[in-house]
Amino acid sequence: MMSNIGSYEQRLKNFDWSVSEQELGYKKGDPINIGWYCSDRICKMGKGSKMALIWEDFKGNNKYYTYDDIRTYSNTFADYFLKLGLKPGERICIFMDRVPELYISFLGILKMGGIAQPLFSAFGEESLLTRLENAKTSAILTQLKHVSKVRRILKQIPHLRHIIVVDAGTTALKEREIPFNMEETTRVDKFEYYKTFADTPSVLHYTSGTTGQPKGAQHVHYSLISQYLTTKWVLDLQPDDIYWCTADPGWVTGTSYGIIGPWSNGVTQAVLDSGFSSDRWYAFIEKHKITVWYSAPTAIRLLMRDGTEIVKKHDLSSLRHLCSVGEPLNAEAVLWSKEAFGKPFHDTFWQTETGSMVITNYPGMNIKPGSMGKPFPGITATVLDPISFKPIAQPGKVGLIALKPGWPSMFRTYWNNQAIYDSKFKNDWYICGDRASIDPDGYFWFVGRDDDVINTGGHLVGPFEIESALLEHPAVAESAAIGKPDPINMEVVKAFVALKPDYEPNDDLELEIMNFIRKKLSPLAMPQEIAFVKSLPKTRSGKIMRRLLRAQEWNEPIGDISTLEND
Amino acid sequence: MDAMKKMVLDYVIREYLEEDDDRVIKEDTPLITGGIVDSFSMVSLKRFLEKKYNVQIPDADATPEAFDTVNNIIDLVNRFLKK
Repeated sequence: MMSNIGSYEQRLKNFDWSVSEQELGYKKGDPINIGWYCSDRICKMGKGSKMALIWEDFKGNNKYYTYDDIRTYSNTFADYFLKLGLKPGERICIFMDRVPELYISFLGILKMGGIAQPLFSAFGEESLLTRLENAKTSAILTQLKHVSKVRRILKQIPHLRHIIVVDAGTTALKEREIPFNMEETTRVDKFEYYKTFADTPSVLHYTSGTTGQPKGAQHVHYSLISQYLTTKWVLDLQPDDIYWCTADPGWVTGTSYGIIGPWSNGVTQAVLDSGFSSDRWYAFIEKHKITVWYSAPTAIRLLMRDGTEIVKKHDLSSLRHLCSVGEPLNAEAVLWSKEAFGKPFHDTFWQTETGSMVITNYPGMNIKPGSMGKPFPGITATVLDPISFKPIAQPGKVGLIALKPGWPSMFRTYWNNQAIYDSKFKNDWYICGDRASIDPDGYFWFVGRDDDVINTGGHLVGPFEIESALLEHPAVAESAAIGKPDPINMEVVKAFVALKPDYEPNDDLELEIMNFIRKKLSPLAMPQEIAFVKSLPKTRSGKIMRRLLRAQEWNEPIGDISTLEND
Repeated sequence: MDAMKKMVLDYVIREYLEEDDDRVIKEDTPLITGGIVDSFSMVSLKRFLEKKYNVQIPDADATPEAFDTVNNIIDLVNRFLKK
């Protein structure tokens, strides 16, 4: 089968994003609304009865939605939001497991001009509070099982006017809570979508940095132009494909490539709302005859751990193209996937701020296992010298990954934080915060983060957020959080904790602190190891030297410690 | 129900379910695939078991399948208790 991209080298010649605009029938200055493009437009193309979403829960129960279903259900959500008094531009949070309402309400929010703010449903109340407070969110969509986390922070977020519970049934609700059952509400067949334009805000995804609380990367409706084309050329989605993106839409992959990409291409996608198990995943692929699979290195390494025998118990012959994202895909995983599935995983590099893939491996391209691949057509990527911020000409020399601004899905600001947004640009380059080198053939090779952000299981966790939460525990006097190496998740959180005088380190206290962070922030942020120390290394100005702790953990050179405080 | 089963079941309900989450958890309820305990939270559950029963569960044995139900967890702990 001929791939959509054909020849990567040919596509590079005279590339212009207008290729995507033309395919989508978009002209500069026209209204552009992602919600409309992902549902109404596909129906207008005569594909209303085509399956848009095959959903399965952990018990194996299925629900099926055609493009006409997601068109009318998303209309119903949009109409409902307006009737509640929500206005275009207001932030509406989606805080749900991977239920159909998550995917469909996302389109509904965009159709009425709202800004969708998806948050990972495993977040604890503190993580939720930080993000809802920062965005001054007006409404949240959630499920009964998660509503108590909202209830506990309700007094601190007076701007949150509506808590919409999608599965309330006959359960009595509390202050500001209202039930909304998507399938029992009269469907709205016609809804005039709000006239959003290229620069109208669409999605707000929160991401973590080294300092301060998480920041909301704000995207616009024009991001569709990149998301549509990268889906078509990199994931290679074709009309008869059954596509499975394993990412949760609480993170950017789950929206860019778990909603917008496949549905703007009019492709059928399958969603599994279940925790991880190799056998469960393979059975899902077999049952729904998944053809294109977009997953993450952590999951792939878990599958590897379970070996190839279990693969042989399932008929996975439907698979034709595999991709991966979240953290660098190690060469062993690429080679293993060739052995297990007969085809390699193609690594893709991008981040919350880029909105779409920027450096990737393409169908038909020679894959160098362990490499990130090459820049997508229309993306100018390089590595910069960390001092001069000028491109490094020498192949193999490590520098900062940087992109020339201007691709359609580039974030437009950090919500309420223009200063940090501005600080991400040097010499007219956008600095990704990762280090890499480029080989003589133009392939990028990932080296690591350029800051203290912890990449665990493909998700970024900010050390400051963990340290702030640790200080809320009554026993903790001071703390530092770093990433430590982990064979499955690349990194996991390790915390160094100095206790207050009345406390003694012991196993009970360690477990108590772990659970404290898990519930307050999220399971991802929970330290998997706590080292109790008498004091933490600090600079003479009193700043904790995380760099030193990290270097010790990774057996790396300690570097300059001239500013280290003497005990 | 024996004491170990009750202890683990109570701990899972107390630590991993939200206070308003009224799902019924039994010894054969899928915890991992059912989305009650994720792979990261498994680490704290493993730590609890090791501490409570004074066992060492090797990481290679701490698989999602081994932690998927309270029954599986009990089997796992018993394997290492007997060694």
